[in-house]
Amino acid sequence: MVAELKVYARGNVRSREGFFFTLIFPIILILLFGAIFAGGGVSQVTVYVQNHDTGPASLAFISALNSTSNGCSPTASSGLCLRSVSLNQNFSQYLSSKSASDGVIIPSGFSAAYLANPRQPVNVTLFGNPASTTSAIVSGITREVVNSFNLNGKPGSVGVDSRTAASSAYKYIDFLIPGLIGFSALTSPMFAMVNISSTYRRDKVFKLLSLTPLTKTEWLLSKIIWYTGTTIVSFILMSLVGVYAFGAHISLSWGIGMFLVIGPFFFVSLGMLVGSVSNSPESAAVVGNLVTFPMMFLSGTFFPVSSMPMYLQGVAHVLPLYYVIEGLTNVMIYGNYGPALLDAGLLVVISIVVFALAVRFFRWRED
Amino acid sequence: MPAIVVDGLLKNYGQLRAVDGVSFAVEKGEVFSLLGPNGAGKTTTIEILEGLRQQDGGTARVLDLDPWNKGYDLHEKIGVIPQGFKFLDYPTPREAIAYYGALFGKKVDPDEMLKRVILEDAANIWFQNLSGGQKQKLGMALSLVNDPEVVFLDEPTTGLDPQARRAVWEVIRKLKSEGRTVMLTTHYLEEAEELADRVAIMNHGKIVAMGTTEQIETRYGSGQKMIVKANDDLLRFLQENTRLKVEKADGTVVIHLRDRDDALVALGSIEESGAQWGDLTVRRDSLEDVFLRLVGPEGDSEQEGE
Repeated sequence: MVAELKVYARGNVRSREGFFFTLIFPIILILLFGAIFAGGGVSQVTVYVQNHDTGPASLAFISALNSTSNGCSPTASSGLCLRSVSLNQNFSQYLSSKSASDGVIIPSGFSAAYLANPRQPVNVTLFGNPASTTSAIVSGITREVVNSFNLNGKPGSVGVDSRTAASSAYKYIDFLIPGLIGFSALTSPMFAMVNISSTYRRDKVFKLLSLTPLTKTEWLLSKIIWYTGTTIVSFILMSLVGVYAFGAHISLSWGIGMFLVIGPFFFVSLGMLVGSVSNSPESAAVVGNLVTFPMMFLSGTFFPVSSMPMYLQGVAHVLPLYYVIEGLTNVMIYGNYGPALLDAGLLVVISIVVFALAVRFFRWRED
Repeated sequence: MPAIVVDGLLKNYGQLRAVDGVSFAVEKGEVFSLLGPNGAGKTTTIEILEGLRQQDGGTARVLDLDPWNKGYDLHEKIGVIPQGFKFLDYPTPREAIAYYGALFGKKVDPDEMLKRVILEDAANIWFQNLSGGQKQKLGMALSLVNDPEVVFLDEPTTGLDPQARRAVWEVIRKLKSEGRTVMLTTHYLEEAEELADRVAIMNHGKIVAMGTTEQIETRYGSGQKMIVKANDDLLRFLQENTRLKVEKADGTVVIHLRDRDDALVALGSIEESGAQWGDLTVRRDSLEDVFLRLVGPEGDSEQEGE
């Protein structure tokens, strides 16, 4: 197996196309998309506020938010800049129209509930993009204000209802990196395995290998090890570019490693399965593309799934890559290990199934 | 115990019966050649013996193992070059041999292997850049990595230039001299004649002749023939004045000789005829004549002869 790995690794490094798609192509993508979406970084965070309440408590709440900065200024280096939104606007659409993701809605009856005795619990609605660092700032400040309100009254009387803004251009790079890692875990194994499965069959390399003591499982595992390696290298390169060229925020953790192994494991197996059930190299390529391309664009690689129309979000949820990227996003951005483990567990199960099917269906020899 | 025993082998591809009741045995240390036109069933037969395909009927045993069910055991003991041998594009021959050695868990000296197949000069060239002959020689080297008792060579020289072909022959002779059993398929007659101890001629999935080349020539050949360059006058004279079996072929007259008397009668009659003649030769059917007679284009020559 080690020998198989070695000879394959060498072949990969020597074939320029393979090398390009495995390592260089994702870098080009990150440079490209990063450059497109980086825009100007924000120093002061603009927050849109829609106040449905008419009482004094809501005004106190807004002024508490406002107290974090000395008004809106293009040169300010921190704090919030509040912009009020008129009541006849649909708040979410308004945010979209401003390409903004951060906002707060104070519900009607906020003051009444807050000042009532006994106090009624009441929630402000916080809009934000979890992938964006500005949202984290807004969320932090808002929660601070909410806490201080609660200290003055009964604990738990004001709560925060978080919503994800429909669109955002903030720190696009942050969610682009998990997306691109998923992308590279998808494309290079898929294309390579679909191609290998048909060309090896055409050139009778499988026949040749079947005449040696190497088993199909060993052969496939050596491919998985190789693509895990390339995915890890690709991750490191992308992270470096992301951090140093675009100021991305990446927190390293074991959770990332988990997905860097499961992703290639799944996609090598899937590629092999696709190649094995197809009759000819041409049909293998077609089926491979049919499987790969929707996944490439609909799983949240380049654009967040939450910004897609509902029906496409439905499609995304059946695509395995979605769970790789969601898991990576959970780990890398939110540090949210519970959901990430769920994603990983799901992927492990389908990976094992697909691996077993691939070994079962791909044939060394004819019958 | 012969190295290979095949009995009543059958293999169908859909409606096509590719191998139709083939039986033969190959002794240890023998070079046995399956000879036949493309599509005769040679490769299917040899692939069944290698454990790459499952037969639909009959039995096959190689080194007393069932090739299909005992493939992994068998593959430790046999070497194979599939038809149109191809390998990965990027390994060099030296790397490929080391790789194979690792797969088989054998310690091999790549340089020594390369020397055995006369490929030292291409040790570090990527496979995709090797010439046809060099690729084929690498295939030989790989098939020998596990020090096999039986070597299967499926059309090892197809598409090679004459020099490369002779180099491959040289390696096959070496295999024989090392006491290995060699099973060789080819559609080149001279290759079978040159290398094989015994030959089986296959056509339409059946063996139509088997034995040493001499045996086949004697049994299926026409016997002695006297061939004289002459015109129809001689033909007519011989037909009218002797009981010799004669025929016309390509500006020559062919006289079939059943015994020595026929030869003397023929010579006397030619002299007596007063016809113009020259280039007299006496020969018997070569393997090629027999081959063409047995599998040839609808047996044209055969019908003219009888």
